[in-house]
Amino acid sequence: MSTFILAQQNTSITAALFYLFAAIATLSALAVAVSRNIVRTAVYLLFTLGSVAGLYFLLASEFLAAVQLVVYAGGTLILIVFGIMLTSRSPFSRYQPSRVEVYVAMAIGAILLFALIIGVQTGASSGAFGSSPPLTEQTYPVDRLGQALLGDYLVPFEIVSVLLLVMMIGAAYLAKARRRDASAQDATRARR
Amino acid sequence: MLLAFIDTTIALPHYLTLAAILFVCGLITILTKRNAIGILIGVELVLNAANINLVAFEHFSHGGADGAPAFAGQVFALFVIVLAAAEAAVALAIFLNFYNNFASVDVEKARKLKG
Repeated sequence: MSTFILAQQNTSITAALFYLFAAIATLSALAVAVSRNIVRTAVYLLFTLGSVAGLYFLLASEFLAAVQLVVYAGGTLILIVFGIMLTSRSPFSRYQPSRVEVYVAMAIGAILLFALIIGVQTGASSGAFGSSPPLTEQTYPVDRLGQALLGDYLVPFEIVSVLLLVMMIGAAYLAKARRRDASAQDATRARR
Repeated sequence: MLLAFIDTTIALPHYLTLAAILFVCGLITILTKRNAIGILIGVELVLNAANINLVAFEHFSHGGADGAPAFAGQVFALFVIVLAAAEAAVALAIFLNFYNNFASVDVEKARKLKG
């Protein structure tokens, strides 16, 4: 919180922190796209998630940054690493895409990046984003966020809780080890 | 073109450009990875880029018109994080089933519905 107040009073610290987090996020995202080892891809994703959480801190959304670190980096990414562990064949197995696919993907990515940056610049120069004044005291108190979650956004909150229940049941059923079916099939095959 | 953005005051276009770069990196990851979990990691990158957009728009629009309900961007991003976790869990359960049937998570092996 003190870092945020300090950053808001001193825009050069804000800019330095933004460029630091943006550089880490960009380099990690590029490493995710380029890396051929799936474990290293997951680690680079971890760096990306951490720097995005730092960006949320700069945007004064401290609760969202904490949720990003705890749920995304500390939950979803751990789940992905467990999935990598359970589905790995050999430590050196690498799946290489064909060259044509890589070139087509880079072309699509370059065109999309160009279009998005042109769009951002057009919006910024034409004033569609508003005057965007430097906000000095924009804070988001967590208790007001909690009241909004249980007030204005109560219906999506309840729907998400039901969805999480359904997801847990579905994922637990789908990931259940099915050894008995395989042994029953082997037994019927041997009987024939 | 990008050099025009480098200055001391960080405004909305900076965050939008960063989110665009992350989105394109996630898209390239989805398109070029043959490991199914690599594709899932690309989807997580795309969702993070969208979250940055949501929170940045909310933060930089409170000086302007206040027609939107309070905390709209943050709550939206919160639900996106929750749904991304749910989707990763179900996707990994499906990948585990795929691995049980094909002994690898190479998406090139998923050809049984082809033709």
